[in-house]
Amino acid sequence: MAFVEAADLHVTYHPRKAPEVRALDGLSLDVPAGTVFGLLGPNGAGKSTTVKVLTTLIRADSGTARIDGIDVREHPDEIRRRIGVSGQYAAVDENLSAIENLDMVGRLYHLTRGDSRRRADELVELFDLGEAKNRPVKGFSGGMRRRIDLACALVIAPAVLFLDEPTTGLDPRSRLGMWEVIERLASTGTTVLLTTQYLEEADRLADDIAVIDRGKVIARGTADALKARIGGRRVQLTLVSPDDLPVARAALERVGTGTPEVSAEGRGLSVTVAEGAAELSRVLGELESAGVALYDAGMQRPTLDDVFLRLTGHMAADEDGQETEGRRAS
Amino acid sequence: MSAEDTMRRPGAAAVAPHPVIGAAPVPREPSPLAAWFSDGWITTRRNLIKIKRVPDVLVFTTLQPIMFVLLFSYVYAGSIEIPGSDYKEFIMAGIFAQTVVFGATWSGYATAQDIRDGIIDRFRTLPMRPSAVLVGRTNGDLLINCISMVVMIATGLVVGWRVRSSLLEGVAGVLLLLVFAYALSWVFVFIGLTVRSPEVINNVSFIVLFPITFISNAFVPSENLPTPLRVFAEWNPVSALVLAARQLFGNIPPQMQVGDTWPLQNPVLAVLIGIVVLLAVFVPLSVWRFGRIGSRA
Repeated sequence: MAFVEAADLHVTYHPRKAPEVRALDGLSLDVPAGTVFGLLGPNGAGKSTTVKVLTTLIRADSGTARIDGIDVREHPDEIRRRIGVSGQYAAVDENLSAIENLDMVGRLYHLTRGDSRRRADELVELFDLGEAKNRPVKGFSGGMRRRIDLACALVIAPAVLFLDEPTTGLDPRSRLGMWEVIERLASTGTTVLLTTQYLEEADRLADDIAVIDRGKVIARGTADALKARIGGRRVQLTLVSPDDLPVARAALERVGTGTPEVSAEGRGLSVTVAEGAAELSRVLGELESAGVALYDAGMQRPTLDDVFLRLTGHMAADEDGQETEGRRAS
Repeated sequence: MSAEDTMRRPGAAAVAPHPVIGAAPVPREPSPLAAWFSDGWITTRRNLIKIKRVPDVLVFTTLQPIMFVLLFSYVYAGSIEIPGSDYKEFIMAGIFAQTVVFGATWSGYATAQDIRDGIIDRFRTLPMRPSAVLVGRTNGDLLINCISMVVMIATGLVVGWRVRSSLLEGVAGVLLLLVFAYALSWVFVFIGLTVRSPEVINNVSFIVLFPITFISNAFVPSENLPTPLRVFAEWNPVSALVLAARQLFGNIPPQMQVGDTWPLQNPVLAVLIGIVVLLAVFVPLSVWRFGRIGSRA
């Protein structure tokens, strides 16, 4: 039984002095209770718009959306009492302190004065903001801002937690910290809907992933299933001489889960593999004993670009229509 | 079902469950009226904290009126003659009106800034009364205008301005200025919700409000103006506001011509009607607009 469900959502924006944008074009999804659902896609794919529709920020032109059976359009107030939202632009008041922000949100959820204050104190400790709790948010680092924003979404125990690109723009350390917090939340059975443009993030956090492009879901499944479909990790080789190509290709065929791909100039080869390191060392061993000279060898994890290339045949394009730079997992 | 999911998630087994969720309090469902008052107070308090924490706004709102009072009463007072009265006495209602009218533009600027910061999106996902955010905004700006008013009155009294009517009428004059500015705040809130760029609001309000406040009877008697400007000044709502305040302060010399138009013949009534009309139109319009902020890319 789906806890969050959207069916055939359409949203068209009409910006001034610009052609209209079809942000959602028949998007449907369903999130079972107690799971983490990842919406994966490039900028402009419709991730944020989906979250905005589900969190009552905008109304869809057509289609239905329900949370716990409650229609988002018909009963926005009922929905707002049940959800927590944290976005990519930390939506907190810069001039208020961490405590004041949390207390304000608590009072606007209509907690009693005492409950709201207690909860604010508790959350600053849990989110490791205790020392900075009385300072205006203005002076907070990016990671601290995200934490206070996430804490604002958890003032009540939300039936669904929406996380719109929770780690975009964070440095690697803050990102890891954020992932740990989200993992802990997920382990309590909170239903989470998370959007991301990082395959690695969806892989690590989400039980179930929907890949979206141009306002539609184009693939759906667990991270493993998706990776199998797009070819998970790849072993890739660059030969010194194209003459060794047949030997190298045969070695890759033996370890790979698919047919090896060969680059146009005949020196680069790659193949999808089940594990990664094991296959790579096997291939290296075989090629060494066969006397094949290698210019370069390595392992590559699939990126969002790979997912898109496989699923759509085009690169992930951002809003300006430019190809996104490859985001290699670090 | 969910236990299985938890186990499937890599790494999840290694971390302790977050105590956050279990301890969370449960929201109440107050009556709509109680919710409205509570939400209005919470958002007002937010703006009060901001006034306290960003003193630039407060310093600016206090220093600027002092500067205006001093400039006009000492720079122009010697050159502009008002028959039967002192220019300082004449000018004070004009400065009061100009200051509170410009003060109202802050509502638009701050609203646009809140949208840009994303805090409005946060409010719109909370189960609060949508209008409360705007009530909090306009309340906070009313307070800023009150502070400016007190400062201007004090400065005015120091340079020699006096209320020639009664204390009661003087207070009525001050209240009329403040309530009119409050109504104007709602107009700017609507503009802020629509334009959504703080800079544009700043520039537009400057370009529009400067002529409106200057082509009026605020700083010079309007009967001396060339005909097209005089006609404009006589129908200008700022003229009615200034005249109403001047009348209530008892700062109009008996021999002075105020103009034949209905608003200038009945300035207090005209301003009261203006206040009611502005609030009746722009409060609902702003609340409606607030509910549809995100629907344009």
